[in-house]
Amino acid sequence: MAIAREAEPVGSLKEVREAGLDREDLLTVYRNMLVTRGVEERGHILYRQGKIPGSFYTGRGNEAGSVGVATAMGPNDVGTPLHRDMGVHITRGVEPWRIFAQYMGRADGPTKGRDGNVHMADGRLGLIAMVSHLPAMLPVAVGCALAFRIREEKRVAVGWFGEGASARGDCHEAMTLAGTRRLPMVFVCDNNQWAYSTPTHLEYASETVADRAQAYGFEGVVVDGTDVLAVYREARRAIEKAREGGGPTLIECLTLRMEGHAVHDDAFYVPKEMFEEWAKRDPIERFRSWLKDNADLTDEEEDEIALEIKKIMNDAMKRADDSPLPDPSTVTEGVYATPEDLDTPHHK
Amino acid sequence: MPVMSYLQAISDGLRVEMRRDKRVYVIGQDVGVYGGAFKVTQGFQDEFGPWRVIDAPLAETAIVGSCTGAAIMGMRPVAEMQFADFVSCAWDHLVTVAAKQRYRAGTPVPIVVRCPSGGGFSGGPFHSQNPESSFAHIPGLKVVCPATPADAKGLLISSIEDPNPVLYMEHKHLYRRIKDEVPEERYTIPLGEARIHREGDDITLVTWGAMVYTADEAATQVEAEGISVELIDLRTVAPWDKQAVLKSVEKTSKALVLHEDTRTGGFGAEIVATITEEAFESLDAPVKRVTAPDAPVPFSPPLEKAFIPQVEDVVAGLKDLAAY
Repeated sequence: MAIAREAEPVGSLKEVREAGLDREDLLTVYRNMLVTRGVEERGHILYRQGKIPGSFYTGRGNEAGSVGVATAMGPNDVGTPLHRDMGVHITRGVEPWRIFAQYMGRADGPTKGRDGNVHMADGRLGLIAMVSHLPAMLPVAVGCALAFRIREEKRVAVGWFGEGASARGDCHEAMTLAGTRRLPMVFVCDNNQWAYSTPTHLEYASETVADRAQAYGFEGVVVDGTDVLAVYREARRAIEKAREGGGPTLIECLTLRMEGHAVHDDAFYVPKEMFEEWAKRDPIERFRSWLKDNADLTDEEEDEIALEIKKIMNDAMKRADDSPLPDPSTVTEGVYATPEDLDTPHHK
Repeated sequence: MPVMSYLQAISDGLRVEMRRDKRVYVIGQDVGVYGGAFKVTQGFQDEFGPWRVIDAPLAETAIVGSCTGAAIMGMRPVAEMQFADFVSCAWDHLVTVAAKQRYRAGTPVPIVVRCPSGGGFSGGPFHSQNPESSFAHIPGLKVVCPATPADAKGLLISSIEDPNPVLYMEHKHLYRRIKDEVPEERYTIPLGEARIHREGDDITLVTWGAMVYTADEAATQVEAEGISVELIDLRTVAPWDKQAVLKSVEKTSKALVLHEDTRTGGFGAEIVATITEEAFESLDAPVKRVTAPDAPVPFSPPLEKAFIPQVEDVVAGLKDLAAY
């Protein structure tokens, strides 16, 4: 039997209001999920057009997990989202055209062509750019929480990882340090059931990843990662608990990676029935029907939102395509920081 | 001017910065109540409290990784590796995360990782290594190797002030053995500026860390035979003071590079390559290396002595060069 708590689904609009979201917020969540998917779908098109060098990754199936958690974060909270967490960047306010520019290795991408795909972040929005060594971002997030604790600031750090990343020592060390020091930290496991081609039973032997939390001295909770409202409620609870000095929480969002590991991978190793079953639980479709049933989402509103997003995407793709390629003569620029780089408010 | 041991000078530099700048904190194993395995932070927790002198779990990955996060949040972390050898467990966080963050994301990572390094006291394969060349190879990192108490203090303060990740290699064999005058006030020493330890005309001898003293003794011995050695203490290997070395070689026309680290791919190779590329016309002899052999650092005293370059090895090298 699992040790971690299993989160209940969210039912009514009343319950959602109690969790802190009004109708306008709900429509923003819906838009953010659509923009997240929109960016990744158009990324596919750009890739097929040969406009994206290297490889291309998406987080299809993880839109509820990423948008739900990011919606629960406060403006001064920080996080280390990974490659299935585009929804975090969108929710924190990264403009889609900059993401397309990043995909295409252009000068206006957040990394100015120095890194690719979702290896990016806008520090002003409280995000730190991921590395490919995925669980390495957990100790970094814990360090942010440590800084908040040292300075006695009521801020929280959120660190994302997959069930694959949970196997590495970084994950254990980060949870050990956060647990022993009761740091204001929330660990979010995007459990999409496949680490490239490796199934969960070859990644961890416990029933759930969240079960581990007890061993580190904090709470673990498993939530349906296709239910954006349940994810939001659990994330908010954990973030506010951490903010008030209650220590870390490990939230495991269960979903399915609906595509291959990356664009080259057809995911032949995932049983077809598994895809069919989880397709019925598509996070965006689920939330759309919830909004219709519980928050009076009308067909007109839906069309309006769809049009609005289509325009954002078309404009963003065009603006990104107009962005120049980086100047080769800048190849060694910025390897070392200068004292001027520290001339920012939080380094004073 | 007060006289301090090399170890006291490190403590002093750290204390001065912690008093001046409350963003500076120390994290490591046994650094708090115990005062650090070598007592560099003795008394620090009493003065600065448990949240600025943090006893960490035995977890180098979390220690250094968390420093990166805290630094991005505006802190100035100083991590202590109990021994430089254990920095291997934090490799990913220095090389993958901290070193590349400025280039990729525009985010500076001002952290210092103190690494008690070097052998000479039967520490064996895991408590004696000099890993500076591995990190000097990584763009984005800086590597500092002080030899004197005054440099130990000034370079530590500069390392903390620097907006980049800095590995500060403090040689354990110098901790209590080397004492000298150290200015009482706060001062910095630029990273990348070598120091002429002794002036000479016939051979340039380039080294750093504890080998400065081995080199100095060797230079004194050959001086009696009329060989005049110019001894350059690099002080930092990343960045390294290429101009100081080239200028000296142009004067002497012969060079020997000495280091305690192993030979193949050691930092000496980079120095030799640079001299041959940029000062070939000045050379009157092939540039020579005196280094540890390509082996792990052995434990038993006669083996360790055979491993670490000794004064007589340097003397032999200098005589070979002089006779060429």
